[in-house]
Amino acid sequence: MKLGFSPEEEAFRAEAAAWLQAELSGPFADLRGITSLTAAPDRRRAWERRLGEARWGCIGWPEAYGGRDATLAEQVIFAEEYARAGAPPRLNHIGVELAGPTILAFGSDEQKARLLPPIARGEQLWCQGYSEPNAGSDLANVRTRAWRDGGDWVIEGQKVWTSLAQFSDWIFVVARTEPGSKGPKGLSFLLVPIDQPGVTVRPIRQITGDAEFNETFFDGARTAAANILGEPGQGWQVAMALLGFERGVSTLAQQMGFRNELDAVIRAAKANGAARDPLIRQRIAKAEIGLRLMRYGALRMLSGGTGGAEGNGAAALTYKIQWASWRRSLGELAIDVLGIAGEIGDGAEYGFGELSTLFLYSRADTIYGGTNQIQRNIIAERALGLPREPRGDIG
Amino acid sequence: MRFSFSDEQAMIAETVRSFFAEQATSERTRAAMETAHGHDAELWRSAAQELGLVGLALPEEHGGSGLGQIESAIVAEAAGYQVAALPLLSTALAVRALVAGGTADQRARWLPKLASGELIGSYGEGGRIDGGRLHGRIDHVPHGAVADLFVIAAEGGVALLSRDAAVVTPCTSMDQTRPYARIDADGAAVELLADGRTAIDAATRVGWIALAADALGGAQACLDRTVDYAKERVQFGRAIGSFQAIKHRLADMMVEIEQTRSAVYWAACAADEGAPDALLAAHAAKALAADTYRFCAGNMIQLHGGIGFTWEHDAHLFFKRAQSDATLLGTPEWHRERIAALVGLDEAA
Repeated sequence: MKLGFSPEEEAFRAEAAAWLQAELSGPFADLRGITSLTAAPDRRRAWERRLGEARWGCIGWPEAYGGRDATLAEQVIFAEEYARAGAPPRLNHIGVELAGPTILAFGSDEQKARLLPPIARGEQLWCQGYSEPNAGSDLANVRTRAWRDGGDWVIEGQKVWTSLAQFSDWIFVVARTEPGSKGPKGLSFLLVPIDQPGVTVRPIRQITGDAEFNETFFDGARTAAANILGEPGQGWQVAMALLGFERGVSTLAQQMGFRNELDAVIRAAKANGAARDPLIRQRIAKAEIGLRLMRYGALRMLSGGTGGAEGNGAAALTYKIQWASWRRSLGELAIDVLGIAGEIGDGAEYGFGELSTLFLYSRADTIYGGTNQIQRNIIAERALGLPREPRGDIG
Repeated sequence: MRFSFSDEQAMIAETVRSFFAEQATSERTRAAMETAHGHDAELWRSAAQELGLVGLALPEEHGGSGLGQIESAIVAEAAGYQVAALPLLSTALAVRALVAGGTADQRARWLPKLASGELIGSYGEGGRIDGGRLHGRIDHVPHGAVADLFVIAAEGGVALLSRDAAVVTPCTSMDQTRPYARIDADGAAVELLADGRTAIDAATRVGWIALAADALGGAQACLDRTVDYAKERVQFGRAIGSFQAIKHRLADMMVEIEQTRSAVYWAACAADEGAPDALLAAHAAKALAADTYRFCAGNMIQLHGGIGFTWEHDAHLFFKRAQSDATLLGTPEWHRERIAALVGLDEAA
């Protein structure tokens, strides 16, 4: 067990930090400090390309596909420096963190050579087509259908909560390809270009007033037969494996964003005197502890092996509920620190400062990617071996 | 950077887990509880002499194994899993104070005997020193009734006190596996440590991590035992572990425990590496582990129903140790207040 980094790794840190500093105080200075997922999409697309050109976009990937074959420690370091430099949220994080690793794991050589380099270069942005109006927590209840027609798959149906679809070039879609099948059987994992007449993206205005997620409609949409990941009928396995990648190194970058948020809460508390309130101090200390432990939980997951009786798989299973609950509490702390002033917006448009927005936005954290309630079922059943929840329909 | 056990650490963990599982049984612990000393002397001998657990983190020149806080935490976690009735914590406090702040002569004289388990150590805060003599009453001395040598943080210095120089009275303590004693020192002759401040800082930091590791082991035991019970206990024609009300509580216990596991080994690792955040880590581990243990032990009683409230069931051993882990060497609130200061809440905006 060792937490420190080697001199070589520290040299890598210095290189990454210098590059980020140069870019974000030079050509991309306007993006520094942006935290919104929807702000400045054109400039952030350019930033994705710049990261790709300099091969900082997907450093953990093999060199052949545009990565650097970076070690785990290097990936940890880059994620930390990326956030420390105030770099903006990755517009293509779904491509880089979810689609890419899944293509690496399940794709054919042809698919990897064709699909991965454009992600690494920051040229093709991706979004995720999982949830549907009747397939939320019960994700296997997918109704979007797809069938073969000549050299294509044809797709018919509707996805919902598709974050960033309005900026994306590709969407991966879990669709039912075996008519009459139910639950996790008979699904396939299809890769579909968004810019075509059969695909309509309609933004959904959310609690913040902003529209980061969308409804995505497929009405005779088409994709080439080669754009299936895994075998037909194997879609559920691919879809679940992808969710595992959500707990990868990207979590460290996410945490550095959280660090910036907690620092903003601390600054606000010091500025308005809330930092003298003993109860607020306790909550800030709890938030500080929780944030630090997210880092060490992530390092345990990424290090593999055992960290105790239950091993580090346990850290992986509990990670989602841990960070989601933490951030929702941070949102509540933020608004309590601000007091009534936090309920007043800056301008005529409906919208609020960073911390008030955090209060609203963080309500999503304990819902998307598996609600806290579903997470508890997963922990109870997979880690603790308790009886599975019965289904009400197909048993 | 690798945040998982080395092969050697994994081996130590396996060894101590099976040692405590075999030796620190409920029967043995309960027998020790009956004595008011809360001490299983036979277990102490095997732990200290056969496995060398007491001197684990001591430098080899003093009869120890020269390992670090990570290994010490592994031992404390395993002992906590069985709520072992052993003066591990109290001795570690005295040892660490001596290592950090004792004179060369004091270290040479006492450490080998403490490392071998021949002597039991403890630590207390209170009293005052005047002309090489200790006066006053020192409360809440863990395992004080079986200790041979005390480190006393008193007004006017940090003293080494031999058992026979003062009156030691065992207290009726809620946690009988780590009972407290009271020391009345009516002008007892004492030696002063060379560097009292350093001794106390080092001892309490080690104590926080040791208590946190004890709490981690205890909380994990609460979860494991309650999961087993929820799988076998049938009501309404089904195992109670099939109800979401029960499953979700158990899942919440695991979520807290896994964070606590990260906290304990972060704190231990940061201490061993002398990391800049080592102090914050120790406060974080102590605060979180205490809350986690109380949460898990409380849930253990609740989910066992009536049987969990009986003297016969072990649930109360965990519940009481959890309370003691929370209050000894600073409450969770006190540790969090330290963190609030460390993150700069008192600095200018």
